[in-house]
Amino acid sequence: MLIRLARGTVYDPARGLDGVRRDIYVRDGRIVADPGPGATIDRDIDLDGAVVMAGAIDLHTHIAGGKLNLARAMLPEDHRHDPLARTGRTRSGTGHAVPSTFATGYRYAQMGYTACFEPAIVPANARHAHLEMGDTPMVDKGGYALLGSDDFLLGLLAEGAEQPVINDYVAWTLAATQCIGIKVVNPGGISAFKFNARRLDLDEASPHYGVTPRRVIAALTRALEELGVPHPLHVHTSNLGVPGNIASTLATMDAAEGRRIHLTHAQFHSYGTEGERGFSSAAARLAEAVNAHPNVSIDVGQIMFGQTVTASADTMRQYANRRHAHPKKWLCMDIECEAGCGVVPFRYRDRNFVNALQWAIGLELFLLVKDPWRVFLTTDHPNGAPFHTYPQLIRLLMDRGYRRRALEAIHPDAQKASVVGALEREYSLYEIAILTRAGPARILGLTDRGHLGEGARADITVYDDHPDRERMFRTPRYVFKDGRLVVENGEIVDVAWGATHVVRPEYDRSIERRLAAYFERYRTVRLPNFAIADDEIAADGRGRLIVEPCGRRSA
Amino acid sequence: MSEARPSQRHVNVVCPFCGLGCDDLEIASDARGVRVEANGCPISVSAFARAAAETAAPTIGGAPAAFADAVARAADILDRARAPLLAGLGTDVAGMRAALALAERLGAALDHMNGAALQRNAKVLRETGWVTTTLSEVRNRADVVVLLGGDVAARFPRFYERLIERRDPLFPDTPATPELVFLGGAAPRDLPASPSAAHVLPCATDALGEVLNALRALVGNRALQASAVAGIEREALRALAERLTGARYAVFVWAAGLLDAHGDLAIDAAAQLVKELNRTTRAAGLPLAGRNGDLTANQVALWQTGYPLPLRFARGFPEHDPYRDSAERLLARGAADALVWISAFEPLPPPAADIPTVALVRPGTQFAAPPAVGFPVATPGVDHAGHVFRCDNVVALPLRRLRAAELPSVAEVLDAIAARLGAGSC
Repeated sequence: MLIRLARGTVYDPARGLDGVRRDIYVRDGRIVADPGPGATIDRDIDLDGAVVMAGAIDLHTHIAGGKLNLARAMLPEDHRHDPLARTGRTRSGTGHAVPSTFATGYRYAQMGYTACFEPAIVPANARHAHLEMGDTPMVDKGGYALLGSDDFLLGLLAEGAEQPVINDYVAWTLAATQCIGIKVVNPGGISAFKFNARRLDLDEASPHYGVTPRRVIAALTRALEELGVPHPLHVHTSNLGVPGNIASTLATMDAAEGRRIHLTHAQFHSYGTEGERGFSSAAARLAEAVNAHPNVSIDVGQIMFGQTVTASADTMRQYANRRHAHPKKWLCMDIECEAGCGVVPFRYRDRNFVNALQWAIGLELFLLVKDPWRVFLTTDHPNGAPFHTYPQLIRLLMDRGYRRRALEAIHPDAQKASVVGALEREYSLYEIAILTRAGPARILGLTDRGHLGEGARADITVYDDHPDRERMFRTPRYVFKDGRLVVENGEIVDVAWGATHVVRPEYDRSIERRLAAYFERYRTVRLPNFAIADDEIAADGRGRLIVEPCGRRSA
Repeated sequence: MSEARPSQRHVNVVCPFCGLGCDDLEIASDARGVRVEANGCPISVSAFARAAAETAAPTIGGAPAAFADAVARAADILDRARAPLLAGLGTDVAGMRAALALAERLGAALDHMNGAALQRNAKVLRETGWVTTTLSEVRNRADVVVLLGGDVAARFPRFYERLIERRDPLFPDTPATPELVFLGGAAPRDLPASPSAAHVLPCATDALGEVLNALRALVGNRALQASAVAGIEREALRALAERLTGARYAVFVWAAGLLDAHGDLAIDAAAQLVKELNRTTRAAGLPLAGRNGDLTANQVALWQTGYPLPLRFARGFPEHDPYRDSAERLLARGAADALVWISAFEPLPPPAADIPTVALVRPGTQFAAPPAVGFPVATPGVDHAGHVFRCDNVVALPLRRLRAAELPSVAEVLDAIAARLGAGSC
């Protein structure tokens, strides 16, 4: 089956194509070269100038695992007004802030997304996360395993273990949990909270282990570099949400010692203490540091106004934020000598000074970080806002008139405390394609995703070039997944299942003997039952594993 | 070759028969059946043994029938039903996925046989939330463990062995054995070290909430006027409150199924007490559950629909009304006109109901009256691989196939029925 997408306007930053009229050919799920005049084209679709991009990739979206099921159990009211009925083709479900898995897949695809990465998989909960991702249709999936507050790693660091041992443990974790990257959340802090510490700064020794968060960052960034894992350490820094946390955020950058590091939902970590309320934007300071450090990337974690729920492994900070819960209920959980989870429902209000400034801080980060390859479009779904707000966020970035009008609607003191109104920058379609396609693919090491070159998987989104960018990005004209037309004018016309991307760096297997003994002595699952076998992901015939290559690279 | 199959020994086997999720069983399987040879408990020894030599044919009206005929008959019953109910739901992840797919097509309601107990926890989670923990944390951190309302060991036999009688917790500050407090129920007789009298505070199960609320007042330094609460002296409560405030990591354990009909009130009181303690120290709850796949069914329901059990699909999308749609009430008020009963772990018959019933059950199930259609099904973790959730709702465990199975799984039967829907009567 040969498909031609004729006369589209192609935005493909990985190949430097900025709005170029091109035909694209698709055969057997991949993009192929122009087969020449003699070839039989089975399906010819005239795009007549419509915008063509690779399928979008969300590198940080909480779509699967225990914390989301806890949020669903706690908030049935989140779903009541957003039911999704079954059709002959699609399953039923529910949407809003924590959608059901089917709704998650359908709605991402309906927005032109073809891959989603769950950024916080507690290893003990990894099998659960993969079971949920197995029930998430339409998109490719992958996850980042959570380390950095686990007792095994903290124990290694406390005893002064050599770096190769840490590398083996990290590589084993990636293999056992079937993940593509490593995340650290409030390094050491989740463990510290179990010992009743209520804060842990970057250079503070953790309870019991005496290990500083800085040491955790150094050890893990080095491990990933030495293992050749494409995605740098994905870091939720210390002191989330605390006024003045810009200091520890900047210090965390330094803790990477020049190695690559990704700071996630940076908006929540870019706060100063100025002003009469003691809460101010430090976005300019963060952006300046990002601009000056090519080893650093960020995703923003934009907040959008409305009801949502925050679900995070950062029990220390979630516990502290419980008093902001709306509605007034919250939960925390300590998990398996590895991490934790806290679920706090939130309603961000535009007339609340802090929320309004958080919104502005996110936009400042987008507009002040110069290199679009090192900033990614996220709302930390659902923590800053549900993912279905992305089209509106894209319009805020692309349309400064719209942005100014939105700014005028928020708390007046927050307007004054932000430089957003003075920022003229408007993102181009080319830059949006970097933020949502080419950039995420590159930083995740996905060589055949996020671009439209020959050999790429044919994950393709076609948009009408509507001047209202929100409308444009809300409802693509076509979405292709692995070469199959799956969405047409917002309707799902075919159901795809997507693959799970993992990495498997080499390691010395003798670490497993040590781990097996540790698990048997202290933990409540044995090592052979802890690791997830390949056929558990592929078992039902829908799932598929793709092992992405690792290789040593320079910082 | 299959005739003379030698005995196979399996190690690190996961037991799916209670929610503790023990995964260290050693099991032998041969022509005579499946036996637990090490690390068993009364539940696992009998449940794995019962799994021996189970073969049976489907039945229609109690008479043996071909599988295809039974499937056609079941599909016909469900095609005719206007308000079918899928209940029991004693199955693994794959079985629950199939049950949800079938229920959605039928516009059916679903509930688990442990639905009443599930609701006691669900209500507290939904209304206030809580602070909880998992087995490995209890194993290494708990210095005080308060057991609410009776001896959990009857339902979770290796609870003490695995979490309390630990020899070497990870942290040297954690005592080798935590202080055990029995609140509301008697202490079990066979503990290696019997707890001191001060640590056994009996009260009626339905007074647990009152006692826990009094403890919370004392922990929060609020005055308690009563000299005794539910028969427990104020001074005994005060001593316990001090012990809890002084603990580093107190854990409150309950099994919702062992509480009374208003057990949600006790759980709510425990949740609020734990939250109060966390203002100054650390404490957590440990709700025990997981028998007959209740947590597994609930987890799959949550991610596939956004709602916990019970569910209904009558309008083509999932809806959740825990009062209206409990299986017990639907059957009691005659609001269901066909029943699919699923019990793959234990040979439990469907509840008595005067409606056509399709039963997917372990072989050997004793029916009061033969079901319209009966499918003897394979046991997850014995006859086929699969997944179940452990009591803490965090750990999903892999189940293995321990013997060559001839019986179909729950998922296979339900998928076959779904494929026959709308095909007309046989």
